[in-house]
Amino acid sequence: MIRKRIIPCLDVKNGRVVKGIQFEGLSDVSSPVELAKYYSDNGADELVFYDITASFEERALFTDILREVAYEIFIPLTVGGGINTVEDFDRVLKCGADKVSVNSGAIRNPGLISEAAKRYGNQCVVLSVDVKRVDGKFTVFAKGGRENTGMDAIEWIKKGVERGAGEIVVNSIDTDGVKGGFDLEMLDAVCAVVNVPVIASGGAGNKTDFVDLFRRVPKVSAGLAASIFHFGGVEIADLKKELCENDILVRL
Amino acid sequence: MIAIVDYGVGNLFSLASSLKFIGVESVVTSDLETIRNSDQIILPGVGAFGDAANKLRETGLDEIVREQALSGKPLMGICLGMQLLFEKGYEYGEHEGLGLLKGNVVPMEGYISQDLDIPHMGWNSLDICVGNSEKVAKGAPEGFAKENTLLRNINDGDCVYFVHSYFATDCDDSVIATAEYGEKLTAAVQKENIMGCQFHPEKSGKVGLAILEAFSQEVQR
Repeated sequence: MIRKRIIPCLDVKNGRVVKGIQFEGLSDVSSPVELAKYYSDNGADELVFYDITASFEERALFTDILREVAYEIFIPLTVGGGINTVEDFDRVLKCGADKVSVNSGAIRNPGLISEAAKRYGNQCVVLSVDVKRVDGKFTVFAKGGRENTGMDAIEWIKKGVERGAGEIVVNSIDTDGVKGGFDLEMLDAVCAVVNVPVIASGGAGNKTDFVDLFRRVPKVSAGLAASIFHFGGVEIADLKKELCENDILVRL
Repeated sequence: MIAIVDYGVGNLFSLASSLKFIGVESVVTSDLETIRNSDQIILPGVGAFGDAANKLRETGLDEIVREQALSGKPLMGICLGMQLLFEKGYEYGEHEGLGLLKGNVVPMEGYISQDLDIPHMGWNSLDICVGNSEKVAKGAPEGFAKENTLLRNINDGDCVYFVHSYFATDCDDSVIATAEYGEKLTAAVQKENIMGCQFHPEKSGKVGLAILEAFSQEVQR
């Protein structure tokens, strides 16, 4: 039987891992390679690296780090951040990424999803969506959650899957950084309309939040989080044990 | 030395890195002589069956892989590379595979429950159906593979990482492990020196490395 996945997310800037609380107030955490190895040894099922740099030089530094990680860590790696063209896909896939996550780049050019899916296969294209409630409606935000696109999130995700996205990361801006649990209502709404794996992101504060997630939205394939893992609040091994005790199937 | 067959399909970085990590020498190559002189051959692959089969044929690599496999050299197909070992693939039409193993590759859609996502993506446990502790499995059902050396370093129930939308069927005589995803799907195959994994050993953590290590110790038969 397929396992529910636990995925730590590492935001990388200037070669270091950072995590912003509600996308602001970044603080330096640790070395990406060290952290990746630690997580992989301790039960992470997959790793996500977000390149949150802007300049060309820093981008090259990011791919060096990615290569270094991929030399030593043999679990799936997803890369996101600054992916605007098929050439960007190529750049990170060559350095050992298995999947590439698109967000703002796909909002600017939705054709990017289909183009990349055609070239690398649907399984390679992850559509990551930052969603916030605006007047009670799930709305897509771009540029790291700063810009309201006005687009309906459910429609956008549905179209993304039609275009060839093989996996969806739903990041709830409303719950991100608050540590009050995942946005179950939002995830339910997304799972109801797609037939590809959905990854929940934003809001994990403790182990029980993951138990609630997989119990109450059983279609969700994976839970993604950053700060609760990075700052030592929750060990992935303990989390998996707890999930297991609650009859949620995980890889031990 | 392991020759990783390079026919322009897929990302070979992780595979080469994982072999290096376990101290096994490998080379990513499309050179016929290098493949002929290797100790083992890995046929990787991602993408669509027809495209990959065509590329193998266009480069003439299909012949060398078949020749070497039939001569008794250990060969392992990974993911689409495993699927190519079979007779036919039905992904966007009907395509000829290498025909080294009996069986066909068909879509999961319509075969597994509609509630399940396609692709089958993520970690799933292996149900090893042919004994892996001994070279020849005792009491293996008639018509099943009699040998499972590929999975000898791992345990029944170990998890590995899958990403696929098509699966091999009608291949009872080579299946050594299945994975449950609505139905039992072919996960690993072996017929003497010809082996394959539907999953990605190079992305399956320690379990995957143990499988690669077992393969690297296979010798010419």
